[in-house]
Amino acid sequence: MKKIVVCVKQVPATNDVRIDPVTKNLVRESVEGVMNPYDKNAVEEAIRIKEKTGCNVIAISMGPPQYSESLREALAMGCDDAVLLSSRAFGGADTLATAYTLSKGIERLGGADLVLFGRHAVDADTGQVGPITAEFLGLPQVTFATRLELGDDGWLIADRLSPIGSETVKVKLPAVVTVTGEINTPRYPAPIRIMKAARRDIPVYNEQELGCDLERIGIKGSRTVVTSVFTPPKPDRSTVMIEGNAEEAAARLVGILSDAGVL
Amino acid sequence: MFVEFTTEQKMVQKMVREFAEKEVAPLNQEMDRNGFPHKLFDKMKENGFLGIHFPEKYKGGDGDAVTSALTIYELAKASASVALALDAHWLAADTILVHGSEEQKQKYLSRAATDTIFAFSLTEPCAGSDAAGIQTVAEQSGEGYVLNGTKAWCTNGGVSGVYVILAKTDKTKGAKGISAFIVEESNPGLKVGKKEDKMGMRGSQTTELILDDCRVGRDALLGKEGDGFKIAMMALDGARISIGAIGAGLSETALRVSKEYAKQRQAFGGPIANLQAIQFKIAEMAIGIEAIKLMTFDVARMKAAGMRHTKEAAMVKVFAGAHSVQCALEAIQIHGGYGYSREYLPELLLRDAKLLQIGEGATEVLLMLIGRTELAEK
Repeated sequence: MKKIVVCVKQVPATNDVRIDPVTKNLVRESVEGVMNPYDKNAVEEAIRIKEKTGCNVIAISMGPPQYSESLREALAMGCDDAVLLSSRAFGGADTLATAYTLSKGIERLGGADLVLFGRHAVDADTGQVGPITAEFLGLPQVTFATRLELGDDGWLIADRLSPIGSETVKVKLPAVVTVTGEINTPRYPAPIRIMKAARRDIPVYNEQELGCDLERIGIKGSRTVVTSVFTPPKPDRSTVMIEGNAEEAAARLVGILSDAGVL
Repeated sequence: MFVEFTTEQKMVQKMVREFAEKEVAPLNQEMDRNGFPHKLFDKMKENGFLGIHFPEKYKGGDGDAVTSALTIYELAKASASVALALDAHWLAADTILVHGSEEQKQKYLSRAATDTIFAFSLTEPCAGSDAAGIQTVAEQSGEGYVLNGTKAWCTNGGVSGVYVILAKTDKTKGAKGISAFIVEESNPGLKVGKKEDKMGMRGSQTTELILDDCRVGRDALLGKEGDGFKIAMMALDGARISIGAIGAGLSETALRVSKEYAKQRQAFGGPIANLQAIQFKIAEMAIGIEAIKLMTFDVARMKAAGMRHTKEAAMVKVFAGAHSVQCALEAIQIHGGYGYSREYLPELLLRDAKLLQIGEGATEVLLMLIGRTELAEK
């Protein structure tokens, strides 16, 4: 293991996410940004691997200039370097165009033995950028990892969440892995590291420097269009009192839950 | 408030806020019952809180006075006691940072930054505001000094590894006869006395200290003989900024819980937040908080720039103390019966807030200081 690239996204700090009624995009101005919580898990995991192997960890993000705040936080946590992919031309990108741009960024960094993502970003909740980036890079992927362990001969062993429980898989490096919140508890950056990270210049790459196909970035490169955004109606809540002994009550409960389609 | 902080300051603030919300706030009411939170302080040590503004060469975080004020402010939102304990640690350690010899800095600051809580001790049972009247003595003896006397109201007493203690080296002089000594907790002549059963700030420990033939070397003397009073007063200027920051954080919590409660509590056909009587209280709380923050961070900037800030720090402390008590009282009033219950935060905030008008210089003494300074100025 020589190099890990961690992809981080800055998301609005507030839970009260506002949506522009015209553009249907998230309103990102004037809201304090924080690093996407799952991306913090990805950064933490990368740093833990670094502490074991001495590898290099680079954080990367695509977004407006203020996204360098989250990259600085990644540096303060222990990443060695950080780069920001930023340009007007990247604006309005959907998950496809974002993943394309990130893959170009990772190529610009000379690739990596391991590319880490958070399982999804808490603002848009798609969980697609990690997997699509893996496709662009032509790398195998493991999603929803809850534990990582370096195996022999360039294999990585991962526990991952699956719909039926937990499964253990192994993947030949280089690979892309998305991690869950369970994988670790991210550290607080030490004050002295914060001071140093705050004083660092973070290199910014635009579409020319990445050699991007201009048809594949930003709005132009996006194949999905958000047609409407709405707050989902809250489900009705009702209470049913179940009578009878434990066995009968359990059977009734299973029946109700099956009918409701939740089992 | 629009005061532009540097990237460093904002990043530290964000980190401390996250830490305070996750690690400190859940313990606030528990430490009110059970006292000093040892495990929490261990976490704070591991995460570099104790030396946030010390230079890197002493294993500090290389921040400035604004960074430390922001740290105290964010911690105080979660627990005024924890913020006070850190303030008291800095009050002691800063005397070494500012007045210590290079040997003393090497020996003590990296400990203060990483693993040891420090305490400062000036007050005595019969001398607090009139600090020049202390009776603890330090007599020259052989290669050092012997300290004898009783100290009172020592914040972090019993949880500290190092104490900065003020004692008279010349009983014939008042303030100019006072010197400052660094005393290790392991010194057999230093005993931690009675633990005070306080009204508030119960998560910070306050004790008596008994000096019984406490022998220290010459290298324990901070600055020169007779410098003690000056050292103490300079350190207190800094600590008063911290009190401003504690007041800002505590008052903001009083405001936050009041707003939440007022929006949710129904009376006369709607939330009580719709009532002008409540809105006026909220407004008065918010106005004062804005003022405390502006004053606190302004004085912190003065300190960071190396400007004299004695009067301004005293002003912050007087104002922050009074407004914090007022905010806590209004929070109780808005909460009604619940505000009077130990189950809810407002009564704890009031008990904590009252200390801000007493510790690190009582309001009345600071008013004298401010008044005299004003009159001496043109």
